[in-house]
Amino acid sequence: MRKFWRDRRFWFVAIQAVAVLSIAIVGLTLWQNLNRNLQQQGMSLGFNFLGSQAAFDIGETLISYDRSATYARALWVGLLNSLRVMVVGIILATAIGVTVGVGRLWDNWLLRKLSLVYVEIIRNTPLLLQLFFWYSAVFLSLPGLQDAIKLPGRIYLSQQVVAVPLPWTVPEVLENGQIVGGLQLSPELSALLLGLSFYTAAFIAEIVRAGIESVPKGQWEAGRSLGLKPGLMMRLVIFPQALRTMVPSLTSQYLNLAKNTSLAIAIGYPDIYFVASTTFNQTGRAVEVMIILMGTYLTISLVISILLNFYNKSVQIKER
Amino acid sequence: MNNPPQLPPPKLKVSPWIWAKKNLFNTWYNSILTVFFFGLIYQLGGGLLHWVVTLADWQVVGVNWRLFLVGRYPSKLYWRVGMAKGVIAGAGAFSFWAIRWRPRFIPWLPLAWILAFPVILWLIGGGYGLRQVPTQLWTGLLLTLLTAIVSIVLSFPAGVLLALGRQSSLPVLRWLCIFYIEIVRGLPLIGILFMAQVMLPLFLPVEVRLDRVMRAIAGLSLFSAAYMAENVRGGLQSVPRGQIEAAKALGLATPWVILLIVLPQALRAVIPAIVGQFIGLFKDTSLLALVGLVELTGMARAILAQPEFIGDYAEVYIFVGLIYWIFCYGMSFASRRLERKLAVGKS
Repeated sequence: MRKFWRDRRFWFVAIQAVAVLSIAIVGLTLWQNLNRNLQQQGMSLGFNFLGSQAAFDIGETLISYDRSATYARALWVGLLNSLRVMVVGIILATAIGVTVGVGRLWDNWLLRKLSLVYVEIIRNTPLLLQLFFWYSAVFLSLPGLQDAIKLPGRIYLSQQVVAVPLPWTVPEVLENGQIVGGLQLSPELSALLLGLSFYTAAFIAEIVRAGIESVPKGQWEAGRSLGLKPGLMMRLVIFPQALRTMVPSLTSQYLNLAKNTSLAIAIGYPDIYFVASTTFNQTGRAVEVMIILMGTYLTISLVISILLNFYNKSVQIKER
Repeated sequence: MNNPPQLPPPKLKVSPWIWAKKNLFNTWYNSILTVFFFGLIYQLGGGLLHWVVTLADWQVVGVNWRLFLVGRYPSKLYWRVGMAKGVIAGAGAFSFWAIRWRPRFIPWLPLAWILAFPVILWLIGGGYGLRQVPTQLWTGLLLTLLTAIVSIVLSFPAGVLLALGRQSSLPVLRWLCIFYIEIVRGLPLIGILFMAQVMLPLFLPVEVRLDRVMRAIAGLSLFSAAYMAENVRGGLQSVPRGQIEAAKALGLATPWVILLIVLPQALRAVIPAIVGQFIGLFKDTSLLALVGLVELTGMARAILAQPEFIGDYAEVYIFVGLIYWIFCYGMSFASRRLERKLAVGKS
């Protein structure tokens, strides 16, 4: 008779049973520990706290919010703030990244070297440090409202507010020194947006460079022999092909940017992580707050991956 | 048959004038770009130089440089840090020597580092005959390096196991591994560190109390393992199917196929990715400053909070940034060299 331990099917079942069993035992032990620890602290699990009054202020909100609102409302405000940074950050980072990435391959020596220096400096220092730098050493060191720096194109920089023009509204300085109109950004938001965008852009630049370099030389030569001008050739021949290799890596950079918005807490921008952390400090509900955070970030990651997977499918070669 | 000796192509003498004309002013728009960027460099570089030389207050760095590097480690025991550095320098010199002149020793390098690792930990942490140094005193760059190295070492076996599990033909195992990897990769690191600091104590029995540094290392390792798994998976997929079939045809059992045939080839292929991951982890340790640890970034903030150094943000952050940059750039440079060396051995 064949020994049962010589049978693949036996091992197939046995290993998986052991895996499930050990996970179950570990999970159960952790659960028991959790219950015992919570009991000692006189707490229980539950999301009822979301309905009670938050009683803390949030620096900037996209929807109406005040201290009497609930925790659920506060978290919602935080989520919207996070989404704002993610969307604008992804757009800015892509714009800067593509520019620098193309600059890395430009036929101007100075531009190539400058792009290289930019990429090497940004990629080899921590994002958190860059955020601190932007916030403390740049935006908080600007002059006050009274003598705000005026850049060409009606951009005003001051310690309290950064005002940039939009197509339908431009910032104006009133006689009392107040700035009205335009898009007004707090120093926290400006620092976070710039820090995140410049950081992610350095990685995107390398992806763009690698993508463009992956296009076979014959394509360049073919484009040139058709008489296409460099700009047109880039747009019509090279970039569409480069996109195919770029999109998967771009997806992971966008996901990184979305996750890195949680560093907003370091400079006091009220994103979802900041609000959740405040909620935890006030209510002591570590497990529930963590579940909410996990759910939020996993959903955001999932949405970004799905969107970019669709995009990826649309740029890939259509095989018939 | 005698081949004529290969002569190198003649060196072209290019005058700077022609070089500039070719590389900086070859078209009208490049001329504009060049002039614009030279102006920008002149303005920014001049301003920066002026600031560095006259306006910046470098005293904050001069007074505190020891705090930045070894933090609050007891000054009587600096010799132990020195010896740990000696061990690292020795292992580093051995690696350099092997890579440069004796490539046949390269397979032994991981072993050398694995042996050096507990010695370094023992020298810094104490115990076994040396005076114990509590982890609260591990601060500054010392803590940054320790957490990064310990975490990557711990995450390596976990990552390999997760990667193997993800590739496994056992559905339950595979789904568990995918579940873990995807959850961790979808979360921001700061959330995981928060979990490790706040929730880990809730899930452990009352008798087990990990200190802050241990919890941070646990968080970093759990985080890093998921990314390590994805890197290793890339390596596993790069091993040709024929290798596995050949091993099976020789009569090797599955565990031996993995251990002797697949893993050595897979791991060799992912060395650059692992170095890249280590650089990322090294930078990510800065997030520990947000959960109350005083590593390099935390130390910068602690020093900036002292009344006599308030406002010296730029000086401190630039100095700390320079330290990070030297380490990260050095590692990526060395890894590129190693990669080229290994690629040469292959062909």
